[in-house]
Amino acid sequence: MSENSLGGKVTGVNGNMVSVAFTDRVTQNEVAYVITGNKERLKSEVIRVRGREADIQVFESTGGVKVGDDVEFTGQMLSVELGPGLLQQVYDGLQNPLPELARQAGYFLKRGLYVYPLDREKAWDYTPVAKVGDTLRAGDTVGTVPEGIFTHRIMLPFAWNGEWKITWAKDAGSYPITTVVAKASNGVEEREITMVQTWPVKIPITSYRERLMPREPLVTQVRIIDTFFPVAKGGAFCTPGPFGAGKTVLQHSLSQHSEVDIVIVAACGERAGEVVEILREFPHLEDPRTGRNLIDRTIIICNTSSMPVAAREASIYTSVTLAEYYRQMGLSVLLLADSTSRWAQALREVSGRLEEIPGEEAFPAYLESLVASFYERAGLVRLNDGGQGSVTICGAVSPAGGNFEEPVTQATLKVVGSFLALSRDRANARRYPAIHPLESWSKYNSLVDKNKVQEAKAMLQAGNEVDQMMKVVGEEGTPTADFVTYLKSEFIDSVYLQQNTFDKVDSTCGAKRQEYVFDKLLSVLRKSFNFPGKNEARTYFQRLRQRFLDWNYAAWESEAFQEAEAKIDEMLASQA
Amino acid sequence: MRKIYHRIIQISGNVITVEAENVANGELAEVKSDRGTSLAQVIRLDKSRVFLQVFAGSRGISTDSEVRFLGRPMRVSGSEALLGRIFTGNGSPRDKGPSLEENMLDIGGPSVNPANRIIPRNMIRTGLPMIDIFNTLVESQKLPIFSVAGEPYNELLARIAMQAEVDMIVLGGMGLKHDDYLYFKETLDSHGALSRTVMFIHTAADPIVECLLVPDLALAVAEYFATEKSKRVLVLLTDMTNFCDALKEIAITMEQIPSNRGYPGDLYSQLAARYEKAVDFETAGSITILAVTTMPGDDVTHPVPDNTGYITEGQFYLVNGRIEPFGSLSRLKQQVNSETRADHRALMDNMIRLYAEFKEAVEKQSMGFRMSDWDQKLLKYGALFEKRMMDLSVNIPLEEALDLGWKTLAECFEPAETGIKTDLVKQFWPKDKA
Repeated sequence: MSENSLGGKVTGVNGNMVSVAFTDRVTQNEVAYVITGNKERLKSEVIRVRGREADIQVFESTGGVKVGDDVEFTGQMLSVELGPGLLQQVYDGLQNPLPELARQAGYFLKRGLYVYPLDREKAWDYTPVAKVGDTLRAGDTVGTVPEGIFTHRIMLPFAWNGEWKITWAKDAGSYPITTVVAKASNGVEEREITMVQTWPVKIPITSYRERLMPREPLVTQVRIIDTFFPVAKGGAFCTPGPFGAGKTVLQHSLSQHSEVDIVIVAACGERAGEVVEILREFPHLEDPRTGRNLIDRTIIICNTSSMPVAAREASIYTSVTLAEYYRQMGLSVLLLADSTSRWAQALREVSGRLEEIPGEEAFPAYLESLVASFYERAGLVRLNDGGQGSVTICGAVSPAGGNFEEPVTQATLKVVGSFLALSRDRANARRYPAIHPLESWSKYNSLVDKNKVQEAKAMLQAGNEVDQMMKVVGEEGTPTADFVTYLKSEFIDSVYLQQNTFDKVDSTCGAKRQEYVFDKLLSVLRKSFNFPGKNEARTYFQRLRQRFLDWNYAAWESEAFQEAEAKIDEMLASQA
Repeated sequence: MRKIYHRIIQISGNVITVEAENVANGELAEVKSDRGTSLAQVIRLDKSRVFLQVFAGSRGISTDSEVRFLGRPMRVSGSEALLGRIFTGNGSPRDKGPSLEENMLDIGGPSVNPANRIIPRNMIRTGLPMIDIFNTLVESQKLPIFSVAGEPYNELLARIAMQAEVDMIVLGGMGLKHDDYLYFKETLDSHGALSRTVMFIHTAADPIVECLLVPDLALAVAEYFATEKSKRVLVLLTDMTNFCDALKEIAITMEQIPSNRGYPGDLYSQLAARYEKAVDFETAGSITILAVTTMPGDDVTHPVPDNTGYITEGQFYLVNGRIEPFGSLSRLKQQVNSETRADHRALMDNMIRLYAEFKEAVEKQSMGFRMSDWDQKLLKYGALFEKRMMDLSVNIPLEEALDLGWKTLAECFEPAETGIKTDLVKQFWPKDKA
């Protein structure tokens, strides 16, 4: 232990919670290291102070820790490194690059092994922007480096208060990230600026002018979302559902096809196998918007279910902080957190060890406020330079038993703008994406005129009522007109709400195509049919559905697309 | 020479508290009482107070019983000598063989680095058509068998142990009835499968704490063979609900706040830490886990099956002695079933679809509706399907099972009625029927 760092001694161990008698002072949420008999340094975070004792949660297994072991306090809150080179990375919850850990430690994760998040050797082509004499505030651009297709801004550190005058600026050139690229003074002191800065993960970055109302739709290319339950750039939405309802497939689809600049995938306490698909496939999948590989716009934070639980809690904050960092560059960022329930369970485990008085289902009483403050980090902002950047958050929720009444789902629903309820019934019926059209809702603007959407929703509702009725009185006892309503609602479901994620064409449905196809769909819904009987009606809609599906599987504006459309029109015209 | 402690200040459930110094979290100790010597593990430290979970239970322990700390965590031997052996939940021999002290490995080791994982690629053949054709088991998969008491889940596990095309089996029994233990032993022995098996058996009569160690012992051994010996290991666990109930018992003893129906808040993490040991190494062997999970009250939303379902890659429902075709799912089957035989996927989809139609026909029949010709065909098909495909006491290679599938279809339907693509029908429809 160096002389001026503060220390303490372990007095108790309970799971991943360690009590420490400290000698001088501690700060809430500061990082500490427990030093074991084998000289392993176990990263931890202070989460409670009582008298001369601090409780710290250890981000590693605590096997072998003894009463009397040394503890070192760093004075720094749990932070991440921000700088060029974050894209394409695969990090654990504490921002250790996993491939590098694998290189050093082999198959298994090694306790107490920590690696720099950003490559210290790699040189970046730096171009200065701020000149000597310029006055900057936190978040203003000092210089830029190209990072893939993006212009990565090197910004005045977000933690610097007030105005800073540039006193020295480095010339353009190729430098590693730790190079001092500028110096600035606030009249009291002069500080150095490098290409990398750190920021405490649990505090939102607020170096912007103002927050704006999220209005512009975020196009996910999933029809049921964009048309019926849209998401806005800078908004927050959630996808709760029981196991097997397709949460992960939906998240994968969003991560591939959403029209945003950067995607951050936070695999929080879920199966490792699911991340592996992203890890192994994204480097080879092309991003159709840029022609580059998908991994070039992606960061993966991976703290899967068998990794230490305290780091799982941190992983959510780590990922949202990285999202905010890229937002500061005027980019739109989508954060996919799968699953926030595992994060909440991590909070519950910690709370239980602290012997706090539990709330509902033993979740801590402050669960709601933590969930709220996480989703509130989504937002559309006007930056200091007048540009706009956004963070959109999609949280998967895994409610126990698939019951949405549980605390995590309920806390989430209060703070999101769009609720995509995944249903086991729809999944069992192979109706994918299994988003329930009658239970879900959204407060954001749709791509399609809202009155038109309302019309379709009313039809779905009416069809559902007929369906319920038919279960009682049977098909025979249902009037043909009602039966046609039912067929129309089923038609919406099968040709528009359902979408084949695994088909090359149907997996993506762009904004223009959605508007176009929806109008055609509406023309079917508005049309009054005169069928002699139910069988004829059913046959007609089955055939129409087949033609519509063929249309869905034809590439936008291709010849096949026009042919398929002509066949639909022909069929509609035949029913005058 | 390690110090011996005599001051036990608290005995509560299976947890004792002793005042001691220089003790590490997770370390083992020997507790000597009039009843004999038991191992115990440190589960909590609070100043000079050390909380120990006594493997043999606290019965008969007195306040002056002897506690000697061993300075090491729970370990198991990693060696070829394990094969063919049977151990108890605390790792000591249950058969008459010697105890093993060679190459001791810590149990409950760290997680595999996700960056080292690969996309699963190899099918495990079991010789059971319901698994091989319809819900293919894949190397590195973790799958529970959801069932209820009284179902033949242990018979199913034993059959898989005998037939599965893997290099070796590790069987972990938790709260096993003694009869079931003997059944496993005799069945594997009579089929010559014992020599490729390692068993860790905790029976219902053994101390509850030892139940907690079984998955970790079994998985540590599996990890040794997969990484050091490049073996393809299949781990069979039965019954994980007993493991969860043991967790619950200890948590309540330790006065932890329960989260759901008395289970501790970290149930998910505890289960995940075990199930996530399933892995396929690019340059070594693999671990696959099949775990029986009985559903209390046949309720899949009970915390144990519910948390399990979120962790595992699918599930088999064992109902009325059959693997239920509708709820059962192997999430990894797509990774392998396109490369087995050209007709595999089409046959899988269409046979299940027709079986679903059969179920509807049965429902209609039971409600007294008139059976159409099509319904009659379905009834014939359903009966044959259940007899040929759902039987869990057979050993048929996948290819033969697929041929049997075609035969069954041909006996009941015209090619066009099956909904299978024409080119596949041309290739595979039995010639004498076409």
